Amino acid sequence: MTQQTLPAALAAYAAPSGRPAPYELLADRDDGTVVRCGGSVAKAHAEDTDRDGLAVRMRIASARALSQVLLQPLRAEVGHVQGRPVSLWPYGAPVDPHRPEDAPWEPTARLLAALHQVPLRRLPGPVPPMRGPAKVARALRRLAAAPDTGTRAEAGAVRAAARTLPAWARGEAPAPAGGVLCHGDLHLGQLVRFPVPEGSWRLIDVDDLGVGAPAWDLARPAAWYAAGLVDARTWLRFLDAYRDAGGPGAGPPGCDPWPELDLAARALTVQTAALALAKAAREERRLEDVERLMVDACVRIATLPPHLEPASAS
Amino acid sequence: MQCPKCHAMMHTYNRNGVQIEQCSGCRGIFLDYGELEALTRLESQYTAQYGQVPPPAAPPAPYPGQHAPAPAWGAPQHGHGHGHGHGHGHHGHHGHHKGGFGRMLFSS
Repeated sequence: MTQQTLPAALAAYAAPSGRPAPYELLADRDDGTVVRCGGSVAKAHAEDTDRDGLAVRMRIASARALSQVLLQPLRAEVGHVQGRPVSLWPYGAPVDPHRPEDAPWEPTARLLAALHQVPLRRLPGPVPPMRGPAKVARALRRLAAAPDTGTRAEAGAVRAAARTLPAWARGEAPAPAGGVLCHGDLHLGQLVRFPVPEGSWRLIDVDDLGVGAPAWDLARPAAWYAAGLVDARTWLRFLDAYRDAGGPGAGPPGCDPWPELDLAARALTVQTAALALAKAAREERRLEDVERLMVDACVRIATLPPHLEPASAS
Repeated sequence: MQCPKCHAMMHTYNRNGVQIEQCSGCRGIFLDYGELEALTRLESQYTAQYGQVPPPAAPPAPYPGQHAPAPAWGAPQHGHGHGHGHGHGHHGHHGHHKGGFGRMLFSS
């Protein structure tokens, strides 16, 4: 038994027969190993997963109130494979990563707006906090642990940008009380069509789901736009669809959204740049151009014109 | 003290003898009783002494306009008068970096 690799063990877990079966490895990272076996997908969650939190998050994903928003698991209960918590899902068709221009920006925005408007009392509880700030903290830890490959100045700029954030946004203090149900780690890999191939879009990956500031779920696209990765037209498609669907995280339609988005977008810029630097260092390569754009955004965040300079002692 | 809006810490600054609390998170400002009047007084003293304060820079185009608002730290193409940087689609700016672009949009 223990000779079996984790992916093979996951495939056996996902297979209707419960026996070893052919599988496709969809992801294999330290925060999750995902295996597809026919119409089923098994995910081994990270070793250090908060297991009580995951159990609630799985029950939330199974809640009727969210059946049109989140992909519903095949089993609401968390299983175990080789000591890892494991969840079981139906297979859904993802966005083609080679065609980001076909990304479903409007459906994504509408799903987030719906998620953010679900009354918490209709969900199984206690709903844990959204883990967005914890991921900023993890990215900064990875940056700190990365070998120095001549990117000290860039790393310094990312840390300086991180210091413009309040402690809670860096995961160093509890987040302000209140909020709405958030996804916590929204990007274009978090959407699938179900049932395949032409079903409606659903959000996947509940690991970071929880109560928090809805701006956090808009902040990654906002950061991509602010850094210059995504053009204004694409950004407005996303933003307008979210607001038109009643999403509460970006102010009313027609207003400047940045008073609502700025903090979370800075946090996601820091997170993305920190991970990019850590990854480039580990792979002993230079930053790719899009990674450079995120680091450049951190440089600008760190050197924002003074809002109010501390006066000399008086 | 804590910011009533975002709950980050507020720091005290001294502007021309007026104590101002500014939030380290959202950069909101809290003024004590009488401080706004004190600032207004300083402004009129300045005007009397040096003439009219120059008007602030033109505000960004109102939304929804030709370009969407962007934060102060946004990429230079978001700056005023560079609206042509927008609307190219992904291919315009980053078509030749498509691999990295795709990866970044699809990963945590």
